[in-house]
Amino acid sequence: MSDAAPLPRDLPRDLRDTDLDGPALSERLARIWGTGRGVIARLSSVDHKVIGRRYIATAFLFLFLGGLTAIVMRLQLARPENGLVGPDTYNQLFTMHGSTMMFLFGVPIGEAMAVYLVPLMVGTRNIAFPRLNAFSYWVYLSGGLFLWISFLLNIGPDVGWFAYVPLSGPEYSPGKRADVWAQMITFTELSGLAVAVEIIVTVLKQRAPGMTLDRIPLFVWALFVNSFIIVFALPAVMLASTFLILDRLIGTQLFNPAEGGDALLFQHLFWFFGHPEVYIIFLPGTAFVSAIIPTFARREIFGYLALVLSLIATGFLSFGLWVHHMFTTGLPQLGAAFFTASSMLIAIPNGLQIFCWIATLWDGRPVWRTPLLFVCGFFFVFVAGGLSGIMLASVPIDTQVHDTYFVVAHFHYVLIGGNVFPLLGAIYYWFPKFTGRLMSERLGRWNFWLVFVGFNVAFFPMHISGLMGMPRRVYTYGPEMGWGDLQMLSTAGALVLFSGFLVFFWNVAASLRRGDIAGPNPWGAGTLEWAAASPPAPQNFDRIPLVTHREPLWAERAGLPVATGLSAAYRELVVTSVAEAEPQLREASPEPSIWPLVAALAVGATFIGSIFTPHAVLWGLPPIAAALTGWFWPKGTPEDEA
Amino acid sequence: MNAPVTETRPSGADEQRNAYDLSRLPTYGFGAKSPMWWGTLGFFAIEGMGFALALGTYLYLLQLNPSWPLAPAPPDHWAGTLNTVLLLASLWPNRVADRNARRQDLGRVRRDLIVMSLVGLASVTLRLYEFTGLGVSWDQNAYGSITWVLLALHLTHLVTDVGDTLVLAALMFTRHATGKRFSDVGDNAFYWYFVVLSWLPIYLAVYWLPRW
Repeated sequence: MSDAAPLPRDLPRDLRDTDLDGPALSERLARIWGTGRGVIARLSSVDHKVIGRRYIATAFLFLFLGGLTAIVMRLQLARPENGLVGPDTYNQLFTMHGSTMMFLFGVPIGEAMAVYLVPLMVGTRNIAFPRLNAFSYWVYLSGGLFLWISFLLNIGPDVGWFAYVPLSGPEYSPGKRADVWAQMITFTELSGLAVAVEIIVTVLKQRAPGMTLDRIPLFVWALFVNSFIIVFALPAVMLASTFLILDRLIGTQLFNPAEGGDALLFQHLFWFFGHPEVYIIFLPGTAFVSAIIPTFARREIFGYLALVLSLIATGFLSFGLWVHHMFTTGLPQLGAAFFTASSMLIAIPNGLQIFCWIATLWDGRPVWRTPLLFVCGFFFVFVAGGLSGIMLASVPIDTQVHDTYFVVAHFHYVLIGGNVFPLLGAIYYWFPKFTGRLMSERLGRWNFWLVFVGFNVAFFPMHISGLMGMPRRVYTYGPEMGWGDLQMLSTAGALVLFSGFLVFFWNVAASLRRGDIAGPNPWGAGTLEWAAASPPAPQNFDRIPLVTHREPLWAERAGLPVATGLSAAYRELVVTSVAEAEPQLREASPEPSIWPLVAALAVGATFIGSIFTPHAVLWGLPPIAAALTGWFWPKGTPEDEA
Repeated sequence: MNAPVTETRPSGADEQRNAYDLSRLPTYGFGAKSPMWWGTLGFFAIEGMGFALALGTYLYLLQLNPSWPLAPAPPDHWAGTLNTVLLLASLWPNRVADRNARRQDLGRVRRDLIVMSLVGLASVTLRLYEFTGLGVSWDQNAYGSITWVLLALHLTHLVTDVGDTLVLAALMFTRHATGKRFSDVGDNAFYWYFVVLSWLPIYLAVYWLPRW
C-alpha cells in the first residue's frame, strides 16, 4: 500500500513527464497513482496491483479451505466403515471441495495473477476499466463468503460441484442448499467475465508502443486466449444455474421431463462450460511455465510462434469436447465417436507446447531454482494425467471407469499438475516482484519435494482403487471391498501433500519479513515487469517503455528506450493500436472510487435476496442503478474532464 | 542468484533516452481507437453467447418435443412485430446520434439522446405488453418457460441500454458535457445496435417458429 498523501489537485494541468526527472518525477507520479491510507481510501483503490494482491491472497485462502475439506474426506476414507463424518456432512464436503477449487480458486487464480502481472508485462500503468476490476473483486469475495458462511450454517450445497438435475431440482433438493450453489455461480462468473474483458482490452489497447503482436510475452498470450475462453464458456454455466434457480424458485419447467423439459439439457449447458473450464485452469499454468522456462534456461523460448498457435488451437478445440463428460448418458454412437476424436485431437497442441518447453531447456543452461523444480514437477504430473485422459477419451474405457476413483485420479493429475505445480513455481518466481523480497530456497526445496511426493502417493493409488471399482462420492465402504489399504495410502499421501502446503505458507510468511532483498530483477529475466521496482511503484513505470524486442530487458541492456509526454498532473496512460501497438491516444485512467464497492454490495444483496423471493430482483434494481450512476457520473476531477 | 545476471536499469533512471513523443496525441477517440469500444465489444460477445445458448435451448426443446408449441395457439405476434419495426426504425436516429457525437455537436446530441430515450421507453412498454399476448404461463410447461426466458433476457438488455441512455442524456445537459462524453455517446449508440440486432433472432424464434 502506498503512503501517498491526499492527491494534489492544484498542479498546472499540462504538467508532463518531460518537465520532471528522476526522483521528482517518481514521487509526483506515485502521488497521483497511489492508493491513500485511510479505510475508505483502501476500499476505493483501483490500482491493479492492490486488487491483484487481494485476488491472489483470497484465492489462496480458498485453496487452503478447499484443501481442509479434502483432508477431512481423506481421514474419513482412510479406513472402511469409518465414523468421522456422516453421509450428509460428507455430501457437503465434496460439494464444497469441488465448488471451492473450481470456482473460488481455479478460475480466479489465473485471472488474479493476470490482474497483477499483465499490465506490468505490457508496460502500462493500470488495467483497462480499473473500477470494474475493483467491482469484480468485491463480487468474487462476496460469492466466496456467501458459499462458506452458508456451509458453516449447515446450508452448504450437497449436490456435487456440477449439481446435476434432477437431484438439484425442486423435487429432490428442498431447502436452500442447491440455491446457494447456483447463486455462488452467479457471483463468481460475473466477476470472472468482468476480469476477462479487462484483460482482453488491456492486451489489445494498452500495450507499450512497439509491442507488436509477435513481441507479446507468452504469459500474456496465454492469459489473453484464456480470457476469450472465459468470455465464451462462462455464459453457459450462468445460464444453467439461472435456469436451475428459475425451476426451483418460480416453477419454470426447463429441466422437468414431465412438462416438456429435459434433464440432460442441464448437463449439456454445464459441460459446454465445464470442459473449457479445464483449459481455463490449465492455460494460466502454461503462462507461468512459459515465463519461468526462458528465465531459468537462460535463452529465449524455442518455438514462440508454435506456442502461440497451440494456445489458440487449444482455445478453439476446448469447445468441442464437452460431450466426453456425458458418454454414459446414452448418446448416439456417431456423436460419441466425434467427441472421442476431438478429445484425442486436443492432445496435439498440448503435446507441441511440452516439446517446445523441453527444447528450450535442452538448448539452454538451466539454473535449478525452486520455480524450475515446480515446472519439472508439472511436466511429470501433467503428462501422466494427460495419458490417463487419452484412455478416458475412449468410450468403452470411460464407460467402465465412469464415476470411479480412476476419474478422480485423472483430473487431479491434470488440474493439480497443470495448474497448482506451475502456480507454486510462479509464486516463487514473482514473489520478489510482489513484495521486494525473495522466498527461501531451502524451504522451497522442502516445499517442492513434499508436494511432489505427497501428491503422487495420494493420487496414484486412486487409479487402482478406481479400476477395482471404488465409486466417487461414497462416504464409506465395507472392509470386504478390499480398498482399505490403498485408501489408507492415499490418506497418508494427502497428509504429506498438505504438510508441503504448510511449508509453502510458512515460507511466504517468513520471507515477507525476513527474505533477502530482491531488487528489480533478481532472476535476470527479460520481460517488462522486471524493469519496474520491486514492489512496483503505483505508476508501474515512470516513463512508458518503448519495446523493440520480445525480451526487452535482454535486448536493451543499456536501459530501455522510453516514450514521453504523458501527464504528470493526473492519471493518464497511452492507448495503442491493436496489431502494431502504434500510439493512438493519451487517455485518462479512472481515479479511485468507493462506488464499485457500493455497487458490488447492492448486486450481492440482490443475488442473495433472489434465492428467497423473485421480488428481490425488483427491489435490488434501484440501488444497483443508483450505485452505477454514482460510479459513472463525473466528479469534476482532472481525469473526468481530460 | 541475488546478483542480477542481466544488468537492467529500473525505470526512473535519470539518463533514460527519450525516443518517442506522445504529447501531441488526442486525449479521447471514437470507435476502434477507444478502449471502451473494445470493452463494449467484449460484453457483446458475452451477452451474445448468452443469447445464442438460450436460443440453442429453445431449439433443443423444440426438437425434443413431438409437438410445438406446447400451447393451444402460438403467441400473438402483433406487439412483438410492432416492437421489431420500432427497433429497426430506431437504427436511423441511433446512427444520427453517433454521427453528431463524432462531430461533437452538443445541441444535436442532446436532441438525439432525448429521441433515443423515448424510443427506448416505448420499446420497454411494448415489451411488457408482449408478455400478455404469449398465451402461456412461464410455469405451465417448458415451452412457456423458454419463451418467457427469451423475452425477459432481451428485456434486461433493453432496460440496461435505456437506463444508460437516460443517465447520459441528463449528463449532456450538465457542465460535464465535454470531450470524452461524446465518445461515451458513441459507445452508447454502439450498444443499441447490439440490442436491436440480438432481438431479431429472438423475435423469429418466439413468434414464428411456433407457426412453422
